[in-house]
Amino acid sequence: MTRPLSAPLDVGFDYTRSTGPTLGRFLTDLRHRRVTGIRGADGRVHVPPLEYDPVTAEPLSEFVGVASTGVVRGWSWIPDPLEGQPLDRPFAWALIQLDGADTALLHAVDAGSPDAITTGARVRARWRAARVGAITDIEYFELSDEPADPPTDASPDNDVTMVVTPVNLHYTHSASPTEDPFLRGLMEGRLIAQRCPACEKVYFPPRPACPTDGVPTTDQVELSDRGTVTTFCIVNVPFLGQRIPPPYVSAYVLLDGADIPFLHLLLGIAPEDVRMGMRVEAVWKPREEWGPTMQNIDHFRPSGEPDAPFDSYSRHL
Amino acid sequence: MRPAAVVGTGQTHHAAKRLDVSMAGLCREAIDRAMADAGVDWPDIDAVVVGKAPDLFEGVMMPELFLADALGATGKPLLRVHTAGSVGGSTGNVAASLVQSGVHDRVLAVAFEKQSESNAMWALSVPTPFTMPVHAGAGGYFAPHVRAYIRRAGAPEHIGAMVAAKDRRNGSLNPYAHLKQPDITVESVRASTMLWDPIRYDETCPSSDGACAVVISAEPTSGQAAWIRATAMRTEPTTFAGRDQVNPQAGRDAARALWRQAGITDPLSEVDTAEIYVPFSWFEPMWLENLGFAETGQGWKLTEAGETEIGGRLPVNPSGGVLSSNPIGASGLLRFAEAAMQVMGTAGDHQVDGARVALGHAYGGGSQFFAMWVVGSEKP
Repeated sequence: MTRPLSAPLDVGFDYTRSTGPTLGRFLTDLRHRRVTGIRGADGRVHVPPLEYDPVTAEPLSEFVGVASTGVVRGWSWIPDPLEGQPLDRPFAWALIQLDGADTALLHAVDAGSPDAITTGARVRARWRAARVGAITDIEYFELSDEPADPPTDASPDNDVTMVVTPVNLHYTHSASPTEDPFLRGLMEGRLIAQRCPACEKVYFPPRPACPTDGVPTTDQVELSDRGTVTTFCIVNVPFLGQRIPPPYVSAYVLLDGADIPFLHLLLGIAPEDVRMGMRVEAVWKPREEWGPTMQNIDHFRPSGEPDAPFDSYSRHL
Repeated sequence: MRPAAVVGTGQTHHAAKRLDVSMAGLCREAIDRAMADAGVDWPDIDAVVVGKAPDLFEGVMMPELFLADALGATGKPLLRVHTAGSVGGSTGNVAASLVQSGVHDRVLAVAFEKQSESNAMWALSVPTPFTMPVHAGAGGYFAPHVRAYIRRAGAPEHIGAMVAAKDRRNGSLNPYAHLKQPDITVESVRASTMLWDPIRYDETCPSSDGACAVVISAEPTSGQAAWIRATAMRTEPTTFAGRDQVNPQAGRDAARALWRQAGITDPLSEVDTAEIYVPFSWFEPMWLENLGFAETGQGWKLTEAGETEIGGRLPVNPSGGVLSSNPIGASGLLRFAEAAMQVMGTAGDHQVDGARVALGHAYGGGSQFFAMWVVGSEKP
């Protein structure tokens, strides 16, 4: 069996996080080389500060300054740091109980070697020179029993109320074994569908199994590149990530011989003249641009045939 | 099943950007109001159920992990529910089932969304390899089906604008609503920009930050109670040959089961008000038919006759609905909570006089998840 086709799928977004007053205070203070915790209902000092007590669920408000030195309470060695981690050389992720705190903060320790770090080791924060009000204002912790760097004077900078948390996911998207002949067909300019052996509905694009009968769609069917617009919308709105400049017509096209319509682009006609039931044909990209994708069909355009009667496509709406 | 009732409701002041609070703070704003409304404290709560919109919408994958202490779940069962835009409704139904089954006596249900932390249009249009990238967010997805409804029902073009104007006017009566537009008119809606033809700007829901919470209990805790007379959920695949996207089978099946369970034979006569998930105006007539309030193709006539206005035969979305506030993850639970408020008589300026039986409804995904409940002022 050949390997199914696959392609990279990269998803990334710079999510924001409103900090609220509690985490905002913590982040603002980091800018001044101060670490701030909060006192819980049972008297424990939580660092980072919690908005709500983990025991009583009541809101917490008594901020407590703690030191930027402390003790390693547990650690894990990272021999091969990943992109985006605090250090680009081997380091330890450690739970660090800062002096004055009752709970541990997770951060990086630049220990050089796993032989150098122990549970119980003293550490001190290595502060970044340019601090922005983020947990990364502490670049990492270093093994040291020297005193902490003193706080800087509070600056007139605005308090931190928002942080940006970029998320980037890198997938390899693989076609299913059923999609594979469909995509390889597209590379040859052929439209390959599958028929359900039970209900005889023809699926384009094909599915591994008929959604109605739950049986594999085993019978291959080749379709022409003509069909009927069942319904459509005119997209006038621009949005982030849009690939086609608006306005454009996004139309459900029911290929002749298929039993389910799919969305594609409809051009070659003024948007206001597009009709439900309009007969259309595929306009293919130049052959040298073809790949395993429905984008080989650049768009559909009116074929010039008379509109299909409503009854011929009404059950596909 | 033993009876269960909503005994307290709470919601945030919904807005485009609630930059003053974290997600935890947003949830607590709703929770604290619901618990105060119910007259209960944390020791009274046996379990917590949380719902939110799909993970890509705000980049939070495990709210149950992230929010456990803020939701007061320490030492208690915490469940997360996940059914796309209908999630708020499903969250209410799951919480109800925990009480009706006798597993717990009092359950807190909370649902939220902080849309400002992300971009839902982007999240709904991530390009998948090998496909044609014509998707255009939720509006682009639903607009062709709205067009199909208009054609199938032979509905006049102004119906959508009537719904939008009504819901936005109702929203101006709701102190928590995101959009308050008391002066909106059918004409001004029709004059607004066409976004996803046939859906105009004023016929689309806003993008909101907000949360909603309800306390569900086996016994009243503070005198007020919206008794849960029926719950129903149904699902269908996103696409299959012959799928009716205008009047989905799953919605019809859920409604039929709901009315049967509630002992309701004529919903239009027996239900006093309905909070229906209408993110795009035309979904009011579409869901009136899907829910069985009107025959197929006839739903728009109720809207056109003014029967869905406050004071009409079946006021729909007296709170202003999704068209006035849309924190997606919370929108379904808001429908459920607003229905409960109506039968408890706590809906304030948007109270429907004498409401004793109310519907809460939510749908999600590509019209494939349906969740609904009927609440009443009388203990069953």
